[in-house]
Amino acid sequence: MGKIIFIEHDDTTHVIEFKVGSSLMQVAVDNAIPGIDGDCGGECACGTCHIIVADEWFEKTGAPSDDEEQMLSMTPERTKTSRLGCQVKTTEAMDGMTVRLPEFQM
Amino acid sequence: MSTQSKKFDEIQTRVINATSKVLPMHMQIQGLKLLIRAKKKTIGARRPIPNFVETPLPDVGTLNLEDIDVSNPFLYRQGQWRAYFKRLRDEAPVHYQKNSQFGPFWSVTRYEDILFVDKHHELFSAEPVIILGDPPEGLSVEMFIAMDPPKHDAQRSSVQGVVAPQNLKEMEGLIRSRTGDVLDSLPLGQPFDWVSTVSKELTGRMLATLLDFPYDDREKLIYWSDLLAGAASATGGEFTDEEAMFDAAADMARDFSRLWRDKQARRAAGEAPGFDLISLLQSGEETRDLINRPMEFIGNLALLIVGGNDTTRNSMSGGLLAMNQFPEAFVKLKANPELIPNMVSEIIRWQTPLAYMRRVAKQDVELNGKTIKKGDRVVMWYASGNRDERKFANPDQFIIDRSGARNHLSFGYGVHRCMGNRLAELQLRILWEELLKRFENIEVVGEPDRVQSNFVRGYSEMMVKLTPA
Repeated sequence: MGKIIFIEHDDTTHVIEFKVGSSLMQVAVDNAIPGIDGDCGGECACGTCHIIVADEWFEKTGAPSDDEEQMLSMTPERTKTSRLGCQVKTTEAMDGMTVRLPEFQM
Repeated sequence: MSTQSKKFDEIQTRVINATSKVLPMHMQIQGLKLLIRAKKKTIGARRPIPNFVETPLPDVGTLNLEDIDVSNPFLYRQGQWRAYFKRLRDEAPVHYQKNSQFGPFWSVTRYEDILFVDKHHELFSAEPVIILGDPPEGLSVEMFIAMDPPKHDAQRSSVQGVVAPQNLKEMEGLIRSRTGDVLDSLPLGQPFDWVSTVSKELTGRMLATLLDFPYDDREKLIYWSDLLAGAASATGGEFTDEEAMFDAAADMARDFSRLWRDKQARRAAGEAPGFDLISLLQSGEETRDLINRPMEFIGNLALLIVGGNDTTRNSMSGGLLAMNQFPEAFVKLKANPELIPNMVSEIIRWQTPLAYMRRVAKQDVELNGKTIKKGDRVVMWYASGNRDERKFANPDQFIIDRSGARNHLSFGYGVHRCMGNRLAELQLRILWEELLKRFENIEVVGEPDRVQSNFVRGYSEMMVKLTPA
């Protein structure tokens, strides 16, 4: 158990408890965080669970795969710390991590 | 497509590109029309143009599995598609039809299998076309929906800015005022055709704006779109006059070349570029010289026109029909207008305005117990996957608060996922918000007319009667 802080585009903040091992997309969807869709259900095939990880936490999320890179490249709001939530498995090291949500999920 | 005819197309494209600097594009296309006419006279057509004549389809229960042919362009119109696809999903989820009018092809009909094919662009190529049949002979246009990475990625990224958040926000007010204008002009208490008065009108106006196309000429966009998507050889549609397609392509080339040159000149004179599609194409590294590659130029514009036309148009009509077939949904909606966003996804699932996308296997692939051979055509039937009872409970029901409605396949998945999805949702959301403000009841009178096609699942006429609130 630990906490992730999701910040919506309009700065609404949600502090959410998570179980290690579930994906960030799942954590957000299970807690009905507005601004994450997860249309494909975690298959890295739609890009609608785009999140922007706070710089200081980015390394803890690991490296995106080629498939993820390709889906991220289709997102106009992509930043250098963008990830797809479904591809980030939560670990104990992520307790307290802040992630921002883009304005739109494309 | 045979190697010889592929070669012919490649040579033709090279000649067209080389001559594009000295000949106006529309004259090149008229030249092509004459070339193909001469070729057909001397060496014969590549293949006969199919001419589909409607006859009642047999009950699927009476057919042998191998005789089931879901490429029949009357399957949707005759309301048989549900039973045909259910049988395939249950008994032959990866199904081979070897004798269709479009040639042999595989059908993939279950949700999970479709997702697999769509995700794996390294196994299944989107080239050269994403419709089941061939485009008219000689009109082998190229578009990024039918390109594989990396070429696809570069071209798509040039244009996707047109539907980026900033543009969407700016468009919302415009869409709302136009929707309001159209709805306020509708007759009350007497039947009128919803398709031409509302669905075509709203999508036509949107497209003219996206392309910065002369507003008063916007009916041309609708005409070109219908013609290109309705070729008999391509989708089993009603258009068999292939020379008329060349004329349409030539018209399109002339109008869009003019638009392109005009924008180019204005930019050269120091004017700031707009946020329309043509301006974006002119800013993209991969696409700024698109006008020198006529087959790609026409192809990509055709893609953007068709992509924004039949899809949203038929969801605008289909939502109304769904609401009439499931009256309890309309009661629930009026009591809970906050359900509109979820209902929009449910409309897009229920209607599935484009039935499928086609791929070609790049190597032998095992899928659900069948071996798809390298080079085989594979059709992902989104219309079937969206009614797969393994994924959606009571899939034929229209449930506006369905959980997981967003998981529908209508936008596709993977690198070719619909670029205009958010804009489409925005248009549909606003339409329903404005409808609820104005009307107590929206009644579909009689049965609508459905389009002849194995690709477009749409309506050519739907009579509607409105009761004011």
